[in-house]
Amino acid sequence: MGNTSSMLTQYDIEEVQEHCNNTFSQQEIASLYQRFCQLDRNSGGFISADEFLSVPEFAVNPLSQRLFRMVDGLNFKEFVAFLSAFSSRATLQHKVEFIFKVYDFDGNGKVAFSDLLDVLRDLTGQFISEQQRELVLTHVLEEAGYKKDSLLVLSDFMKILGNTGLKMEVEVPVD
Amino acid sequence: MASVACFTFRRRELLNKMSSSNLELDLDRPNIEDYLTTDSIQEPRGKLRLRDLLDISPTLTEAGGAIVDDSFTRCFKSNPPEPWNWNVYLFPLWCLGVVVRYGILFPVRVLILTLGWIIFLSCYIPVHLLLKGHDKLRKKLERGLVELICSFFVASWTGVVKYHGPRPCARPKQVFVANHTSMIDFIILEQMTAFAVIMQKHPGWVGLLQSTILESVGCIWFNRSEAKDREIVARKLREHVEGPDNNPLLIFPEGTCVNNHYTVMFKKGAFELGSTVCPIAIKYNKIFVDAFWNSKKQSFTTHLLQLMTSWAVVCDVWYLEPQNMKPGETPIEFAERVREIISARAGIKMVPWDGFLKYSRPSPKHRERKQQAFAESVLRRLEDK
Repeated sequence: MGNTSSMLTQYDIEEVQEHCNNTFSQQEIASLYQRFCQLDRNSGGFISADEFLSVPEFAVNPLSQRLFRMVDGLNFKEFVAFLSAFSSRATLQHKVEFIFKVYDFDGNGKVAFSDLLDVLRDLTGQFISEQQRELVLTHVLEEAGYKKDSLLVLSDFMKILGNTGLKMEVEVPVD
Repeated sequence: MASVACFTFRRRELLNKMSSSNLELDLDRPNIEDYLTTDSIQEPRGKLRLRDLLDISPTLTEAGGAIVDDSFTRCFKSNPPEPWNWNVYLFPLWCLGVVVRYGILFPVRVLILTLGWIIFLSCYIPVHLLLKGHDKLRKKLERGLVELICSFFVASWTGVVKYHGPRPCARPKQVFVANHTSMIDFIILEQMTAFAVIMQKHPGWVGLLQSTILESVGCIWFNRSEAKDREIVARKLREHVEGPDNNPLLIFPEGTCVNNHYTVMFKKGAFELGSTVCPIAIKYNKIFVDAFWNSKKQSFTTHLLQLMTSWAVVCDVWYLEPQNMKPGETPIEFAERVREIISARAGIKMVPWDGFLKYSRPSPKHRERKQQAFAESVLRRLEDK
């Protein structure tokens, strides 16, 4: 399915659905395929940086660079798996895992103080000084029982975010 | 705690900085937050905890939403028409239709257009060359001839145009603005009144037409890459509007072609000339043909050929009530108000994006605004107990 046919077969849809653990309905997958083809203007089979950043709503998002690194070069099947964290059918575990992956840039399963600082910098820009960011982070970490040099793993994230009523849902428009 | 005291001081500094930079943002464009749904953004309260910093779900949701669907791309999407010919009974009818359109209508239309050009050129060239001394008469005849050739063009697509509202008159200190779907907007309006227009200079035969015939109606050229030089364009506009003998000026403030289901933000150039603005709304009926010219996908020639081989171009043109800038209104607010009037009349939706984003990236100011809001909330909550 890496090539550029603009028609999906029933087999294709079922394969994609299985790959994303049934978090999207078949209609939603068909819609997402239309969207994927719309974004992939040069029909390369994946969406390049330029094509993503041509969506102004995405380009103005503070975390666009991080997200882009995660979704760069994905084919359609992987694209749907990436977006599955945003489905209303996705479990809380899945969503927290997604957030963890956004923080865990090098993918080693551990989130260090520097990773937390990087994301906070993306979110606040020039409006808080670097020194203040470090102070704020250290302060809330210590309050939660962690130390500045603690390495957070997925189970820590589950503990911290697990019962906060996390809302991360996007509706796929289905004509 | 000493650290809390330093946060308080810093927060006051930040608030002062924000109120002055907000002013800069407002002068340049309207508030996007008024248009985008912000139901995911509730004001968090209570003491700042680790989970509040780790929970980046609102920002991620916005990004995910933009990946899945966004209002900007929708403006330029040309929806393919639903195929209705896939059955034994309808398919032969469709084939018959193709034969009629390409075999009968198209040649007849080419004939009409050729005839029109012959008549036009045989009148225009003598008038242009021989009446060099009698400017007033020459201009009047040239105006009539341009209206004539535009009518021939419209006939060559079997254009069925319904005009509503009072016809425009040539008066000084007034400009006309309309929503933009294709270059044929200009031709459709021009057949009724000989407008002067401000256009992007095109290459090829269109450019030739622009530099010869349209010159006589009084047109202003710009280059999109030089559009940043607003000063020169603004001066030319002002000069034209103030000249009493000039043809009324038509401007398409969107700056680019949009698919006739949405309007993008209007450029404020037309609205800061100190003249009356007369809005015109144009809406095409897609049943017969989709008149949206997607300049990235087709050349203008292909677009015209597509129109000439379809059944008809059906549209409504509404000439709306002239508007003046209200006291205390900025040009941006005036532009948005007129855009609302046009969008409401044509029954199309408004989106908060600048049409030129087709060619460039959004300015970092939007991202900075979000960062500012988040930073503010973090610092404020640090002080809450």
